[in-house]
Amino acid sequence: MRRRWNFLKEWVDHRTGIQTAARNFLYEEIPASSGWHQVFGSVAVFLFLTQAFTGALLAFNYAPTPGDAYNSLRYILTELTGGRLIRGLHHWGASMMIATVVLHMVQVFLFGAYKKPREATWMVGVVLLLLTFAYGLTGYLLPWDNRAYWGTVVATQIAAQAPLAGPYLSRLLGGEGAVGVVTFARFYGLHVLLLPPATLLLIAVHVFLVRKHGVAPMPGDEVLPKKQFYPQQVFKDTVAIFVAFAILFTLAVIVRVPLEQLADPTDTTYIPRPEWYFLFLFQTLKLFSGPLEVVGSVVLPGLAVLALILVPFFDRAHMVKVTRRTLAAAVVLFAAIGWGGLTLAAVKSTPKAAGTVEIDYSAPTDWLQLSPEEMAGISYFRRENCVSCHSLDGEGGKVGPDLTARTIHKDAAWMIQHFKRPSTMRPGTSMPPIQLSDSQLNALAAFLLKLNAQNAAALQNAPDFAVEGARIYQSNRCGLCHMVNGSGMKVGPALNGLSRRETRSWVLDHFADPQKLSPGSIMPPYKLPKSDLENLTSYLFALPE
Amino acid sequence: MWAAISAALGLPALVYLFFPPKARKEAQWIEAGDISKLAPNSPVELTFRRNRVDGWKVYSEKSTAWIVKQPDNSVVAFGPQCTHLGCAYHWEEGKNEFLCPCHSSLFGADGKVIAGPAPRPLDRYDVKVQGGKLLLGALRKSEDV
Repeated sequence: MRRRWNFLKEWVDHRTGIQTAARNFLYEEIPASSGWHQVFGSVAVFLFLTQAFTGALLAFNYAPTPGDAYNSLRYILTELTGGRLIRGLHHWGASMMIATVVLHMVQVFLFGAYKKPREATWMVGVVLLLLTFAYGLTGYLLPWDNRAYWGTVVATQIAAQAPLAGPYLSRLLGGEGAVGVVTFARFYGLHVLLLPPATLLLIAVHVFLVRKHGVAPMPGDEVLPKKQFYPQQVFKDTVAIFVAFAILFTLAVIVRVPLEQLADPTDTTYIPRPEWYFLFLFQTLKLFSGPLEVVGSVVLPGLAVLALILVPFFDRAHMVKVTRRTLAAAVVLFAAIGWGGLTLAAVKSTPKAAGTVEIDYSAPTDWLQLSPEEMAGISYFRRENCVSCHSLDGEGGKVGPDLTARTIHKDAAWMIQHFKRPSTMRPGTSMPPIQLSDSQLNALAAFLLKLNAQNAAALQNAPDFAVEGARIYQSNRCGLCHMVNGSGMKVGPALNGLSRRETRSWVLDHFADPQKLSPGSIMPPYKLPKSDLENLTSYLFALPE
Repeated sequence: MWAAISAALGLPALVYLFFPPKARKEAQWIEAGDISKLAPNSPVELTFRRNRVDGWKVYSEKSTAWIVKQPDNSVVAFGPQCTHLGCAYHWEEGKNEFLCPCHSSLFGADGKVIAGPAPRPLDRYDVKVQGGKLLLGALRKSEDV
């Protein structure tokens, strides 16, 4: 048996050379000073492969055209099992990859490992860093929500500012500053077709160069016995990869990656923010204005990249111990403070968008389809704390029956009588009477009649502002003149799609004095508390078209 | 450690790829038309629009059903495709049979296979009659015979 096995191994190795190659790769000698500080490169490769894997999985259910992109991502998030996790891994993997690549670079810089003869390795590494940023830039657009769209508008306009090449770059990215279908297709093409093979090729070159020149030895290494890549360093790399993966997986499970509303190019209130790793660039831009803006957007970043590439030619001294590289440490410290300061300033200066409310579209939004009465019912359902006794599809109190069970749904009249005097409809029940007006009980019944095991969780997602907005809508009988989601009257205009037609401030002013803004309107003025007006307006703005 | 990583990536991937999407939308009842004047055992083809969900897309599309009033006055709605290979069949007035033009499958007015390669009776829609109007629900595969 053993002899046959050996024969087989020999046969395969003779034909393919695979064993010899693996042995050469694994038993490579590395300097005695090698250790934990050199794990970042392997972690970066691992994260790259993970990104490729999760990216491919996402692509199986993703339609790469605007509009469809958004809907298919929502499908992944809300209807596919594990879809949220896969997207979480891809999203956080991107951030971790940037962080890891930068850490790898900082380590090499601190140790001066870029010095002769390893200049080319370093330069290829800088290009790989830029590629990593390119993934971040192009991938950011792909969810096609407001955040993606407006973030990319800013990015393409920065590209358009480049001296000389600006207009060409802008055309290459799909139009003069406009982000549309062409930009989308090009970003997607870059993200999934061009960048991955380029990255693979450069990683191969990078690793080849590392092997060609060997891992950079530190002064003193020449007198110490060499180590082997396998098993010592392989073990350290594996541990580091495991830790990185554990962090990534935890992030993907715990931190919800939001999905905003579908990209709206006419939205004038949206304040775009780039991803955290681009915030420092974003902030740099603000330091310059007018004709100098190009300095912040193109010249400075360009010089920084150039300086990074040329590092091995600025510093050509002999290798010294890392503890003696005070200037390098100072540069890193200075860069870290600069980066941190700019990022912090950008975070701090992010204005809290006035009045706009966030709806998490990464979760089911069935509640958007409810009539205002049914929505108002959710408000009473929450105020009366029905779930302290009743459960919804198994979740909640166990005193009363599950409210999603088909069998307990009677007609509205029965339910209202039951709410008023529970014991007359169900003798012996311990449910207390609900102290609400008839119209409020109507709303509650309307909501409960809509409730079933499939939509319970989705309806529970309804944000408070919308539920309260609908309650105010109901109690002011807006439905006597207006229509929402197909219910109501047509005396006044239908309110779906209001956010397309009017601005928020217009709507708020309109409540106070309708005739002033739309002469001839028969709508009476509404003097409601400010918070009520805000909730009502937010609710109306959230309605689907 | 590598096994843990592979499992943590591989299992979600398998679940993601092979679990069917969660269907949260209930089948809706669609009004197909007035059937109060329908004569027993003389099928008519009704055309209506229904929303079809295909992954992340919802299409509003034209759809048809063959409606037959049974002798006991109940109404049956057949899906418009032959159960053999999905061709559109039609009602042969003189012969009182549904004929599929592709491979000559024949079905009776009750949907049962009379002749030809069709493996099972015609598929039926869930039906509901409200005030003379026919409401159609989901199209259900007939049991293999």
